[in-house]
Amino acid sequence: MKPLLEIEGLSVEVEGRQVIRDLSLVVPEGETYVIFGPNGSGKTSLLMSIMGIPPYKVVKGKILFEGKDLSDFPTDERARMGIALAFQYPPEVKGVKLKDLLKICVGKKPEEELSEDVLKLAERLRLLDLLDREVHVGFSGGERKRAEVLMVLSMKPKLLLLDEPDSGVDVESLRLIGKEIQSYLKSTGSSSIIVTHQGQVLEHIQAQKACVIFGGTVYCYREPKRIFETISEVGYKACIECMGRNL
Amino acid sequence: MSKNPLYDIPHQILQAAFKVGVESDESKRSATYFQIDHSKVLAAVNEYYKGKVEVLSMIDALKKHDWLKGYLWRLIPPDKDEYTRRVEEAFGGGYFIRIMPGARVDLPLQTCLMIAKEGFEQAIHNIIIAEENSDAHIITGCTLHPHIHSGLHIGVSEFFIKKGAKLSFTMIHSWNVGTVVKPRSAILIEEGGVFISNYICLNPVKEVQAYPVAYITGRHGIAVFNNVLYATKSSLMDIGSKVELNAPEARGESVSRVVAAGGSRIVSRGMMKADSSPVKAHLECRGLILDDSSVIHAIPELVGMKRDVDLSHEAAVGKIADHEIAYLMTRGLSREEAISTIVRGFLNVELLGLPQELTTEINALIAMLAKGM
Repeated sequence: MKPLLEIEGLSVEVEGRQVIRDLSLVVPEGETYVIFGPNGSGKTSLLMSIMGIPPYKVVKGKILFEGKDLSDFPTDERARMGIALAFQYPPEVKGVKLKDLLKICVGKKPEEELSEDVLKLAERLRLLDLLDREVHVGFSGGERKRAEVLMVLSMKPKLLLLDEPDSGVDVESLRLIGKEIQSYLKSTGSSSIIVTHQGQVLEHIQAQKACVIFGGTVYCYREPKRIFETISEVGYKACIECMGRNL
Repeated sequence: MSKNPLYDIPHQILQAAFKVGVESDESKRSATYFQIDHSKVLAAVNEYYKGKVEVLSMIDALKKHDWLKGYLWRLIPPDKDEYTRRVEEAFGGGYFIRIMPGARVDLPLQTCLMIAKEGFEQAIHNIIIAEENSDAHIITGCTLHPHIHSGLHIGVSEFFIKKGAKLSFTMIHSWNVGTVVKPRSAILIEEGGVFISNYICLNPVKEVQAYPVAYITGRHGIAVFNNVLYATKSSLMDIGSKVELNAPEARGESVSRVVAAGGSRIVSRGMMKADSSPVKAHLECRGLILDDSSVIHAIPELVGMKRDVDLSHEAAVGKIADHEIAYLMTRGLSREEAISTIVRGFLNVELLGLPQELTTEINALIAMLAKGM
């Protein structure tokens, strides 16, 4: 498979503190990668760096998307190139309705209506009642996750970045978002990187590969369920010691 | 059907009036008062609302009602400051609005006060009486002829909210960098009376300074002040309100959302003074500073003079959060578009409960201004 995303020897700092250390990763077209790692290991930092969020500063290495070096592109251009990120902790956007932000996601003007497809997706994600509410204001954990998935899937990305879609979410919401994400990836052949701490999302989404991040760098690529089982049995520390660095 | 009298007003003036909420469609307003400089242009009540509301120029009203003199300067002493003195000396009209007892006026009343002569000093006095158990909404727009560069607008307004009456008063100001504006307002609220003020000023001004005072003298009286300010081009906006809670079960609320940019200064004041109990009041000020040349100064004051009072305030002033900008950029907005979307959302007037069309108009105005940042 042709590579969609290539990360080569990447080091990233936030306010002088190193969060990613000499990390390399290749995600081919049409494949889903799962990234495991304990809290603070650099999982979110990796997604933020791919998206080009300002405090994450690339100090070494590069990120190529469809062969183009992303370092020259600000976040909004990366979004238009086909990269979408669903946040683990999205901010509240006061005074802006979810439906209006959705229109922005799909490139519609405020006075235009949302398409039938997007409304149907909102209905399947049980979000129709929230479209007139301010973005994430007063949303429950499950509503936030579903709203994030609604927005990023509406953008029809080539690369879908999901930051802990299974944390702080009820079983029903996880089932709903898992089903929609899996169906999107399968029908479009898009790629995805899913960051997870607990791994429940794997019950709903088929991933081709998984790796473990620790201390800002990648340890070990394996089949996702095998890694998950190992982590569940022996924990991250033992997992890393056992497998060693295996790229 | 008779010709709409608003259409006798010159086109340019009417266009300016539309921008401060004036509506030319008579089916959408119950009554209209229009004054240019010191001349009444129109004081009219729609047929259906005759007997429910009375709208006159103050000059005509003082001739018609002897008792009205008893209301003049009752809440604001004429020697309060140099501006009230000027209104007393150079009285140039204004409006008299009376909502009749028990009248439920479902369509807003509207007034427009405009300056159309260069450097004109507009000194007016308004009296608004909401009689017992009445319910109405007034929209008032104050602005200038588009060709005028400077002026002074002084408006003394005295409101009387009688027993069980409810009055919403939405004031939209649109001035320019050469205009000085000094409204002087006071409100008397009797038992069970409700007064809601919405003040919106989104265009630059040389200086606007207002500090309306609500005196709640009757049990269960309520005073609410909402301010939405967007200061640009070195504007000075010194806007606040004071609520005196002088009766048991009185409630006060003041919420200001302000944005300062382009070397502007906003002073956002608020005072809740409780001399009765139990009473409850809350002050809130949220401010966004868009550049280092602008200042927001929030001055919340709480004065409790009885034991059983519940007074609180909350103020937050700062820049737009970077993570909010970044979040919107991940949805495809440029940095500038993300900032203007956040500012628009911040000032969104939908929560004020204004008529839907006015809400849409004001939000469109905010959108236009936010785009120009």
